[in-house]
Amino acid sequence: MAEFVMPSLGADMSAGTLQAWLKQPGDAVERGEIVAVVHTDKADVEVEVFTAGVIERLLVEPGTEVPVGTPLALIREPGAAATPAPAPTAPAPAPAAAVAPPVPPAAPAAPAKPQPHLLISPSARQLAAELGVDPTTVTGTGPGGRVQRKDVEAAAAAAKAAPGPAAPPAAAPTPAPAPPAAAPAPTPAEERNAAMRRAISAAMTRSKREIPHFYLGQTIDMSRALAWLGQENLRRPVTERMLHGALLLKAVAIALREVPELNAVWEGDTVVRKDDVNVGVAIALRGGGLVAPAIHRTDELSLDELMHAFRDLVSRARSWSLRSSEMTDPTITVTSLGERGVESVFGVIFPPQVAIVGFGTLVERPWITEGQILPCPVVTASLSADHRVTDGHRASAFLAAVDRLLQEPEEL
Amino acid sequence: MTPDDLQSAVLTALSDVAPEADTATLRFDLDLRDQVDMDSMDSLNFLIAVHEQLHVDIPEADWARLHTLDDLVAYLQPKVA
Repeated sequence: MAEFVMPSLGADMSAGTLQAWLKQPGDAVERGEIVAVVHTDKADVEVEVFTAGVIERLLVEPGTEVPVGTPLALIREPGAAATPAPAPTAPAPAPAAAVAPPVPPAAPAAPAKPQPHLLISPSARQLAAELGVDPTTVTGTGPGGRVQRKDVEAAAAAAKAAPGPAAPPAAAPTPAPAPPAAAPAPTPAEERNAAMRRAISAAMTRSKREIPHFYLGQTIDMSRALAWLGQENLRRPVTERMLHGALLLKAVAIALREVPELNAVWEGDTVVRKDDVNVGVAIALRGGGLVAPAIHRTDELSLDELMHAFRDLVSRARSWSLRSSEMTDPTITVTSLGERGVESVFGVIFPPQVAIVGFGTLVERPWITEGQILPCPVVTASLSADHRVTDGHRASAFLAAVDRLLQEPEEL
Repeated sequence: MTPDDLQSAVLTALSDVAPEADTATLRFDLDLRDQVDMDSMDSLNFLIAVHEQLHVDIPEADWARLHTLDDLVAYLQPKVA
């Protein structure tokens, strides 16, 4: 019997709230299938399972906050017999003071009370909370009856249009004195933003406390890359256009093959290199905050595949529909602050990663080519790296590789 | 297509990309990217949404010259007439 546990979805995540089960006991699950939605300080995340089998028991009820590592469900692997009665599971890790314990696994002779199977996207669930709509009352029009944002919006509009309750009888002639003014309760968006700032604060403070950063920067001639991209986009329909950000991501991913010590995580007191290059992309969220989910095996994707994955990732990040593996698997992060004219960005490494790459805005600069000063589009690439893992010489080789790769964009 | 219909289609496309934007308060004479905090991915998604609404492909070079909603509507008008 395999345990499906509360995953760690970020460097300083100690607990998460199980928001919804998308599977029920008896349901078959495939490896990589989304089985639950977990709420963290940074996002609502669709959590995949990494064991194929049949859901034997659900151990935690929706709405319960549990520490990372707590068993959430038991999965019967192929060939294993079903358990006739709920068996006690290993005790859960001691919950943090502010965290509710999981549903005791040994107690329920009636294991995990079956929950209504509500199919709803995280973004629709978030919207429902913001609009005060009970999602269980909304009729879903998505695949399999899944509740989507538009369904929530329709339900909210219908509720608004519906006649209100009958007017109350005439009030007593003497109005009650007004209660003392209370501070307005934070809106769901304000609460979410505050939680995200706390999560970012925790991760960045840990990073600056534990990681000896060093920083390098390199100005890269982008004329060839942009000329190639312009020609490519001219012959493509708008739906298949590429952004220069896709070229930057691919160049970083391939350069990591040459300097693999930067594609790694710090575990305990040692560095562990990763075989897969999963570039995390820093994505600014509307209303503040950011997330940096991974594009898996970035180096193996064609530019078209990478652009598609990049666009999909940004869209889902901004609609709060990321998956757990995207939050846990980045092996390096790329951030770009070029949209507002910033020329250089020296980022803070997101633990347990050991490096972060930054790109500034594209600017025209005087550039000497074959003895002539010509205007040239350039971008400043920066690298913040962990000095426990590498040094300036190897880090320079990485930035040089990114530069070299961008001079042959057709090869990316 | 009337100018009002065109404006409405453009705002619908914008709502797809930036659902939190209050299209009722947007100024047609001010920089669109600044008003709705658009990045390059938003811009691409907006151009795709305009294409889906109006079947017009806006080349990158043209989009770079279109700063306001007034610019955009004036650019699109002869293409959808």
